[in-house]
Amino acid sequence: MTDKIRVGFEGDFQVKEIAVAPGDPAPWDPSKKFSIVGTRVPRLDGKPKTTGEAKYSIDVRLPGMLYGRILRCPMAAATVTFVDLSAARKMPGVRAALVLAEPGERVRFAGQEIAAVAAATPEQADDALAAIRVAYQPRPFVIGLEAARKPGAPLVFDGKAETKTSAGEVESAGKGLARNGNVLGPRSTVKGNVEEGFRKADVVVEATYVTQVQTHTALETHGLVAQWDGDELTVWASTQGLFGVRDELAQTLKIPVSKVRVITEYMGGGFGAKFGARIEGLTAARLAKEAGAPVKLFLDRKEEQVATGNRPSSVQTVKAGATKDGKLTALQLTVYGNGGTNGGTGTSGPIKNIYACENLKVDEYDVFTNAGPSTAMRAPGHPQGAFALEATMDELAARLGIEPLEFRMKNDPSAVRREEFRIGAEKIGWKTRDSRRQTADPWIRRGVGVGAAVWYNTGNTGPRATVTIHRDGSAEVEHGVQDLGTGSRTMVAIVAAEELQLPLEKVSVSIGDTRMPYGPGSGGSKTTPSTAPTIRRAAFQARQQLAAAVARQWKVPVDSVTVAEGVVSAPGDPKHSLPWAEACKLLPGQGVSATADRADNHEDAWKRFTTGAQFAEVEVDTATGKVRVERVVAVHDCGVVLNALATESQIQGGVIQGVSYALFEDRVLDRRTGRMLNPNVEEYKIAGSLDVPEIDVIMVSVWDGVNNTNSVGIGEPATVPTAAAIANAVSHAVGARVRTLPITPEVVLAAVAEAEEARAKGGPV
Amino acid sequence: MSDEPGSGFTRRDLVRGSLVGAIAASVGAKAEGAETATIGPGAAPLELTINGVVHRLSVEPRVTLVDALRERIGLTGTKAVCSRGACGACTVLLDGESVCSCLTLAHEAAGKSITTIEGLAEDGRLTPLQEAFIAADALQCGFCTPGMILSCKLLLDRDPKPSRQAIREAVSGNLCRCGAYNHVFDAVERAAGLKTAENGRRETENEAFNLHVSRLPSTVSRLEDDPRVASAIRDALEQEG
Repeated sequence: MTDKIRVGFEGDFQVKEIAVAPGDPAPWDPSKKFSIVGTRVPRLDGKPKTTGEAKYSIDVRLPGMLYGRILRCPMAAATVTFVDLSAARKMPGVRAALVLAEPGERVRFAGQEIAAVAAATPEQADDALAAIRVAYQPRPFVIGLEAARKPGAPLVFDGKAETKTSAGEVESAGKGLARNGNVLGPRSTVKGNVEEGFRKADVVVEATYVTQVQTHTALETHGLVAQWDGDELTVWASTQGLFGVRDELAQTLKIPVSKVRVITEYMGGGFGAKFGARIEGLTAARLAKEAGAPVKLFLDRKEEQVATGNRPSSVQTVKAGATKDGKLTALQLTVYGNGGTNGGTGTSGPIKNIYACENLKVDEYDVFTNAGPSTAMRAPGHPQGAFALEATMDELAARLGIEPLEFRMKNDPSAVRREEFRIGAEKIGWKTRDSRRQTADPWIRRGVGVGAAVWYNTGNTGPRATVTIHRDGSAEVEHGVQDLGTGSRTMVAIVAAEELQLPLEKVSVSIGDTRMPYGPGSGGSKTTPSTAPTIRRAAFQARQQLAAAVARQWKVPVDSVTVAEGVVSAPGDPKHSLPWAEACKLLPGQGVSATADRADNHEDAWKRFTTGAQFAEVEVDTATGKVRVERVVAVHDCGVVLNALATESQIQGGVIQGVSYALFEDRVLDRRTGRMLNPNVEEYKIAGSLDVPEIDVIMVSVWDGVNNTNSVGIGEPATVPTAAAIANAVSHAVGARVRTLPITPEVVLAAVAEAEEARAKGGPV
Repeated sequence: MSDEPGSGFTRRDLVRGSLVGAIAASVGAKAEGAETATIGPGAAPLELTINGVVHRLSVEPRVTLVDALRERIGLTGTKAVCSRGACGACTVLLDGESVCSCLTLAHEAAGKSITTIEGLAEDGRLTPLQEAFIAADALQCGFCTPGMILSCKLLLDRDPKPSRQAIREAVSGNLCRCGAYNHVFDAVERAAGLKTAENGRRETENEAFNLHVSRLPSTVSRLEDDPRVASAIRDALEQEG
């Protein structure tokens, strides 16, 4: 079946013909009058979350439950020569113990897992860890990115690189890539000819940008509670992907998938690091098996900060050229990322996908070091990539003598983002930004900066949902998605309520369990654009079944009955018309129920990137180097917003994490031992209430017709451009370029000194 | 908590004590100046008055209040995040004062009145502050929320009409990784019956939206069939793992 739909954004729509899959409703049209979609809906689990009733996986307590703990290696590189659990097994309360690194195994970072115990109380488990005897043969190690690249540096992996993270095996991600010592790559992208592009340029800039390692720091740590019942395993996990945990447990423990059940009722944040059962999950399951009792194994804060993943650091060299009239002619990025014992450190998303440029060359290298493994973190590669790219755009604009926003507009192929730039510029007062630089206090300078975001419409097939309409007119949705705190539970209810034309209180939602129909993993901002169209399709089909059941009762042709505006009727037949609730009474006892798989994306709809633009205004104390972000204006393409309140919250959160990344967060490793020096939340600083700027969130609706709800994910794009905008704002304030994150007082004072030197030489301020 | 002599025992004492065996402390009786009681190193009986209910348990002296609440009594609303008093997630009220229950020993709380997040709502009726947290969406994952709400409750008990700066300062010891802070400030203003910045922001949004509509370009350049779309999605998914 084909249908004509309108795609585009406010004020400019085009008509496109799309093929609609059988049983799938056509995408909502821009003229659609929604009853609940797009309004500000308080989350359905607000009450349990504000009363303490919400049971997170870490809150689960079972009769006879034991506490698991993991012993970790204190050395950055070593070979395990001896492990003895016999004394630990005899400690009070100990019921199970496991060796995780056998003699002969290599340990590659300080914090890697060696052994585990389960005991009756948390304190007994701690005591038992202290009784485990381990001997190591220390090996030379390397933790710095530059040091690891040098010839003769200690090798993190002698042969094939293997990791135990769930972010993907290193070698499979880097299939066919060159390995030179600790350096893997390059992964290269070439478009046009950059050398020719640089020749055509009137101005060329080149600089190197350095970013830090950021840890996810979710408040609920990694872990799970494992309970065996015969050969069946039930786990309560803190995870972004229920079904991934299920599959990994089944595969590793060699039991059928059907015998594993994973539950995540509430979840205390993930940000990319919580995929798969991981070693702590498998360990909990194995300890529980050995002990014959349920085991709770959740990491402590130190373990969480050291061993569960991070956003890799980067050293990016960006070279860019443009003509006098402000057109980019060439973009080149060479990046080395410190992935610890993992890869996947590229940063090229922004440079490849934001500004139009005919000539592009990207070379991305992963550098292995003896440090905790990198893992996907909220928009992998993008905040660091946007930081380098947007600084480059400002520098080019300055050299060309073109106003920096105008320069971006000239090179931005996205009409939506150009509009976002206009909206944000108006809001932040972009035109008067130069006049705001001086303040009454000669030491205090102000600055305004901008950054662009790109992300991708990643919604896809896989998810399945069941919608049941009951005889009393209420409806029930079952869908195995997890709610990380993004509001997925509420989103599911909103979509069902809209499609069934029911008030929200008539819809109940069950999520968070692999016994339910398959839900997507929450990564890549794909939850909403994968789940929402699935829910809508199942609700649409349940509604059709209601019509069919009523038609049978009325003894009229099935396709003559419609459900619209809360009324079930056979149009043209005044006898046959009932309000929804009355019509439902005609249903059999089991009601009607539809289980639907998500339909494919509409290939010929309006393909596009998910865009955003953020503006930051900062105050810089040039005496102390302290930066305060006063305000951020965040303008984002949100597809068709399902819940404006939760979307606003998520954009706020993306901005705040961006502020935190730009100014504070930095994993520090001890050069002498390779251990993390700040595995906590007071020395690893994340933004607190006093650091938070005023944030204006502006959601731009874009109807892309890619799926039946036009929905996209906003989790990741919201944090892509924040650090870029802040760095540009600080550079604007002090009059010299900031090329390092985090922007500590030291970095600021160096920039201030550079600006003063330039002024002394008569340069621009 | 203070390290001054005579101020009760501290976590540092605890660590030292647990290494050498029994520890002596003036548990519960200190206020009356009674003689020192010795407990430990094994489990010792203990009564805790939590949200008006007396709970009897027996724990080692080294067990923290947060572990007693969560793992012994089953009041899991109080969260343990950093275990060193840096994040505020384990905030409870002890005789009306906010403390980090990860830095408070269970035995130290004996004889005191403990209020946890479970003690705010009465008969399932939420307090205006809890309602405001929901209405303003002052939470995302909700893990910091119990501690955050207790800090805000203490603020409102002492300053019923706080300034926005006072709210910022009141929750400056409560870390929120999802970044719900601005909505927390809105929620407290809402609960206090103050004009909220939230309303201001919403007016702003409407303004911006109107601005957006009025300044739209007449044509939209199409990005369809851009080969970069497919490759970018592939890259992103690959990186997600």
